Amino acid sequence: MNLKTEKSSRRQFLNTVALLTGGLLVSSVTKPFNGLLAASNKPEGNEPWYGIGIDIEKCIGCARCANACKEENDVPREPFYFRSWVEQYTIKNNGEIIVESPNGGIDGFSQSVPDEDIFKSFFVPKMCNHCSKSPCVQVCPVGATFESKEGVVLVDSNYCIGCGYCVQACPYGCRYIHPEKKTADKCSLCYHRISKGIAPACMEICPNDARIFGNLRDKEGELVKFLKEHTCHVLKPEMNTGSKLFYNALNQEVK
Amino acid sequence: MPQQIKKLLIVFTIIFGIFFIIKYALKPKSFGEFGHYRGLAIIENENKQVKYVGTEACNDCHDDIVSYKKEGPHVNLQCEVCHGPGYLHIQDPETNKLIIPSKREKCGICHQKNAARSENNITQVNLKEHNVENKCIDCHKAHNPYEFKD
Ligand code: SF4
Ligand code: SF4
Ligand code: SF4
Repeated sequence: MNLKTEKSSRRQFLNTVALLTGGLLVSSVTKPFNGLLAASNKPEGNEPWYGIGIDIEKCIGCARCANACKEENDVPREPFYFRSWVEQYTIKNNGEIIVESPNGGIDGFSQSVPDEDIFKSFFVPKMCNHCSKSPCVQVCPVGATFESKEGVVLVDSNYCIGCGYCVQACPYGCRYIHPEKKTADKCSLCYHRISKGIAPACMEICPNDARIFGNLRDKEGELVKFLKEHTCHVLKPEMNTGSKLFYNALNQEVK
Repeated sequence: MPQQIKKLLIVFTIIFGIFFIIKYALKPKSFGEFGHYRGLAIIENENKQVKYVGTEACNDCHDDIVSYKKEGPHVNLQCEVCHGPGYLHIQDPETNKLIIPSKREKCGICHQKNAARSENNITQVNLKEHNVENKCIDCHKAHNPYEFKD
């Protein structure tokens, strides 16, 4: 082989690589992440397309949502298994951030930082974000986790092989392997309830209406109204998961 | 065609043939009906038991308590928040009794003073100081807590 052409083709290759990387970088800066991405840019179709709203300003941290979720969906009672849980964030006067979730909040929260050291404290209820570009669906090797036509991410527990890839893939920590069934489990948006026209258990039980569930295609609907009237954000927008769980009054400190 | 290629072709055909037969045999019937998943999984998910039945169901028998509750601050509270899911109870109320919580800690789950709770959202007390010897429901009527027991 001619030494000269080999050199120039290597240079060409490096040029292409540099161009591609640069292009990606530029496009990620010029096309910034959009929190309302999945709400404003819906796929074609006429079925409902479900999303969730959580109003942090209204949440009283009772974790009755987390408790009801366990009851309704046979989630093991012992700690560490949750489809839904509540975290208390406390930002101290010295800038330190403390995140607590004793048993998901189910047995109540006891304030661990004295009032005079607190700059701000608030509750953040967590659950599956029902992403429209779900990492968990993409990694499942057998097709046991999928997005229904209504945008609900579900697990097929009769087909799941319990490999745990999806548990690793979820950036929000919303999945676990069920200790008895040995299959993946997660929030199903109470599919057995919403398909019968009843609200999910956690939304029905919330004493302060801090949780909203609704159809993103319904322009007059409660959820779209909530999104229009509040400044809503999603968790980890930079991961581009297309999350459909929108928080009002979400502080940047929340991960 | 050279001999060895022919032989290789035969081997490949057999291998792929077996692969497709196995794949056909193992693939569940409803797989791919709506997408890359078992269509039946949708129905299996739909068929799970609904356990929280809602206050309207409670109202069928306990309308006196439900309407009394409406007079006070617990107006929007679902009965099952404190009493637990009612699906078994509405089938057979005698054998399936619901929880009647009485411990102070149960009330504290919502009402314990906490810096993260806004006074606009919820009335709070410090359980460590307020009338520590007694249960909340010794004085307060749980269904309408600003009314007191005699
Ligand atoms: S645990 Fe089950 S659902 Fe999750 S990736 Fe593995 S097979 Fe799929
Ligand atoms: S929607 Fe249902 S499964 Fe999901 S967090 Fe709420 S109660 Fe749990
Ligand atoms: S039930 Fe409602 S108020 Fe209570 S922790 Fe959950 S979201 Fe917050």
